[in-house]
Amino acid sequence: MSTLKILVIDDEPGIRSGIARILRNFRVDYPFMEEAFDFEVREASTGEIGIESIEKEKPDILLLDNKLPGIQGIEVLEHIRRKQMNIIVVMITSYASLELAVKATSDGAYDFIPKPFTPQELKSSIENITKRVFLKKMTNKLQETGKQIRFQFLSVLSHELKAPLNSIEGYLGLIKDRHEGPLLESYDFMIDRMLDRVKGMRTLILDLLDFTKVELGKGKRDIKLINLMDIARMAVDTMRPYSIQKDIKINLNGKEAVNVMADAEEMEIIFNNLISNAIKYNREGGTVDCTLHKNEECVEILVEDTGIGMSQEDISRIFDDFVRIKSEKTRNITGTGLGLAIVKKLIENYKGTIEVSSQPDQGSIFKVKLPIDRPCL
Amino acid sequence: MTTKKTILIVDDDQDYLYQLKIRVESFGFQTILAESQKEAEELLEKTKPDLAILDLMMENEDSGFILCYKMKKKYPEVPIIIATGVAAETGLSFDLNDENNRKWIKADTFLEKGIRSEKLKQEIDKLLTSHA
Repeated sequence: MSTLKILVIDDEPGIRSGIARILRNFRVDYPFMEEAFDFEVREASTGEIGIESIEKEKPDILLLDNKLPGIQGIEVLEHIRRKQMNIIVVMITSYASLELAVKATSDGAYDFIPKPFTPQELKSSIENITKRVFLKKMTNKLQETGKQIRFQFLSVLSHELKAPLNSIEGYLGLIKDRHEGPLLESYDFMIDRMLDRVKGMRTLILDLLDFTKVELGKGKRDIKLINLMDIARMAVDTMRPYSIQKDIKINLNGKEAVNVMADAEEMEIIFNNLISNAIKYNREGGTVDCTLHKNEECVEILVEDTGIGMSQEDISRIFDDFVRIKSEKTRNITGTGLGLAIVKKLIENYKGTIEVSSQPDQGSIFKVKLPIDRPCL
Repeated sequence: MTTKKTILIVDDDQDYLYQLKIRVESFGFQTILAESQKEAEELLEKTKPDLAILDLMMENEDSGFILCYKMKKKYPEVPIIIATGVAAETGLSFDLNDENNRKWIKADTFLEKGIRSEKLKQEIDKLLTSHA
């Protein structure tokens, strides 16, 4: 049995003692948990006393009223965030405005319990939180042993995987209802869209396989002396049909041999992603320049395009998982939002760096540096 | 002959947007479409729809809520339907059918995205009549 510490900050004594009473004999026990949880409840009547109590002994869960006599609940929340304390905060509030809810959520509040609440409402919220605490503990444990499971990632992933299915299901429903009449031709557009979404889903799955490989560390990497020029050439050849379609010229510049110690498959993923992006986000009739050179310390790979470019704000996000830049210019470009996240993680495994510079409507330059002299991984 | 009522549909998934558009149009409404919270806000500057159907997760996971809030501020009398996959997608454990949550979220109805046409039409008609 584990005990989670709960602090209640509320100026109404009735609420405080009510919560203590409801949770006194409450236990959370899920089949997938190794142990059951029970709860120890502390009380504070103002935000000030609450912060003092938190400083003295950090609770696992904070039940926080927003409307308090001195400082407000939201300020207590800000304090916790500033100090980066790992506490799950639930706002108890009688009239949550949207502003408050959005502000509290972005300040890290995990849940809201409306006031007045029933014992069952309190219990089910605490149950959810306990599940989260448990999963968090498990994640930490897994991370310590070198395995990584990221729940945030999984929830985004399930959204990304469901979106194409929902879309296909929607079209199938319309076809089933003969929404556009009896002629099959009337459904051509829908069929094309479904095929596109299937294709997108397949790419997502392939990217995902790459991603998990990188993320979890592949069983065995085959580090040996390889010529990056060969890999780059292969990537250019792979993309050829696509570049011809968009009438884009790809130049590969550099000495004939740029030899490094690396895993060929991983280098291929990097080149494929950077070059395919340079084509995808290019304009019709544009060019892609891929340049390799090697100096004493590192190998530098430059991939330049003459495409739509992006803003500083976009640049700050593009390496995050599942991020795709959404705009009028990109609406017809498909992608999974995983390519650059994979590329960045791979490069970091080699202690390398990747930088971007870009001008909207002029193009982007991706610059990769891979150190030559590095501890072999 | 009365003029057709206008329904604003906002969703960042082009396909869902299109599917909803043709379904809603087959009920005899006209539609205006937006693919993001931002686009919808721009549209709302110029037009006042008779009803809106908003997706929950767009640019951000709470875009739908925020758009809903802003829209209710500008046009309090226009009914809003929030279309959502599942509540779990928001990352918040809101029960969207809970009275208290509805109060602050301010949408008139929440609907599952996979909802059948007849049910959708029913909900739209109900809201248009009660807000007429």
